[in-house]
Amino acid sequence: MQTLLRTPLYERHVALGARMVPFAGWEMPVQYEGVIPEHRAVREDCGVFDVSHMGRFEFEGPQVPAALQRLLSNDIDKVDVGGAQYTLLTNETGGIIDDLIVYRVEGGRFFLIVNAGNREADFEWIEERGHAGTDLRDKSDEFALLAVQGPRSIERLGLDDAPPFTFAMGEVAGIEVMVNRTGYTGEKGVELMVMAEDAVALWDAVVERGATPCGLGARDTLRLEVCYPLHGNDIGPDTDAISAGLGWVCALDTEFTGVEELRRIKEEGPERKLVAFVMQEPGIPRQGMAIAEGGEVTSGSHSPMLDRGIGMGYVAAEHTEPGTTLTIDVRGKPRRAETVKKPIYTKEA
Amino acid sequence: MPAAESYPEELRYNQEHDWARIEGDEATLGITWWAQDSLGDLVHFEPPEDGADVTKGSSYGEVESVKAVSDLISPVSGTVLEVNAKVVAEPETVNEDPYGEGWLVRIRLADDSGADDLLDAAAYKAFVAEQ
Repeated sequence: MQTLLRTPLYERHVALGARMVPFAGWEMPVQYEGVIPEHRAVREDCGVFDVSHMGRFEFEGPQVPAALQRLLSNDIDKVDVGGAQYTLLTNETGGIIDDLIVYRVEGGRFFLIVNAGNREADFEWIEERGHAGTDLRDKSDEFALLAVQGPRSIERLGLDDAPPFTFAMGEVAGIEVMVNRTGYTGEKGVELMVMAEDAVALWDAVVERGATPCGLGARDTLRLEVCYPLHGNDIGPDTDAISAGLGWVCALDTEFTGVEELRRIKEEGPERKLVAFVMQEPGIPRQGMAIAEGGEVTSGSHSPMLDRGIGMGYVAAEHTEPGTTLTIDVRGKPRRAETVKKPIYTKEA
Repeated sequence: MPAAESYPEELRYNQEHDWARIEGDEATLGITWWAQDSLGDLVHFEPPEDGADVTKGSSYGEVESVKAVSDLISPVSGTVLEVNAKVVAEPETVNEDPYGEGWLVRIRLADDSGADDLLDAAAYKAFVAEQ
């Protein structure tokens, strides 16, 4: 018997008629009205997601920049105060313990937003490596996090435009929030970090302004259409960043855990790579399905925008060229797919 | 528009949430309101082939929503006469009208079709209430 955690917005989700499911130890909304209308709301207008289950660490001290440079794959020196960066927490074999976003609040003070399911493992990993002159605190329970995403999100929130991967303190409906220009949908939008006690008021204000409540179902289809990897599916401790196509977040000229292995893989070329594909025949690819050319599906679903099956999976390097035919084993039936250049979905110009 | 919850009196049901409309030696099959509501918006119907034999209690096809796939468990035995092409092309028809336009296949009943021990609407409703 496992007790599921609830975010400060649990009652709101239930009142809205959400279907609640267990996710990474939390009881979260998978959908309200339906995955497809929620997905469309984000692509066409504005949706709001409760992502308060995600872990939030504060890492502070004069030695934090040096510690983060050793722990994380990307170059922390490129992050200015008020800036954010997508990066990886890596192990000795170049595997991905987690993918996360770092926010530089002050010179020696950072926020790390990590995946819910990895919160404890990440914290332990960082702690165990004991960095003098740093203080790591898990602040997850003090804050809630709302992702407000879609082409009209900024306008609906009454915010000013700002470049992606920046953040600033701000106000929405008189509530103090940290406004992060980040997201997991491929759309313009923000992630609002708010004190847990203000979460309900903020949620109500955002919904009042026309954001459609969206669940984890739409979050997954949105991220898959734009080929953002999901930790635990597409990337993990046994997969490396180069094979996953995340070489762009690895500063191989810096020294971090596993960098030698990543340099070697880059030099030799990965044996297999994470590719995106679109089904050319009926059927929906799902995680774990075999790819006849060698490999397997790591994420698969129905694309609401393309109205067909889409997915990602690892295949041998010779099958990765866009336009290559793959054969997906859809519960015993061979179904044809074609590899495509990432992202799978792009807005028409 | 999603349909309102209902379980028509003239249909027979199994505990896997499939229904059969039996007319003479033919039957039309589909999934119940409860089944489509649990699955959410359907995005794929994997039909049997015309002429395929279907067996009571066995899978004759699949329906999928964005998040889940579900086997279609035939409430009766027989041979497929027709697959609903409208649902193949527009699976959401099942959500909109699960007992009408959203039927899945029409079959010719086998001699021992197993139609006799299916649930009537009242019994199925009682079963659903326990889910």
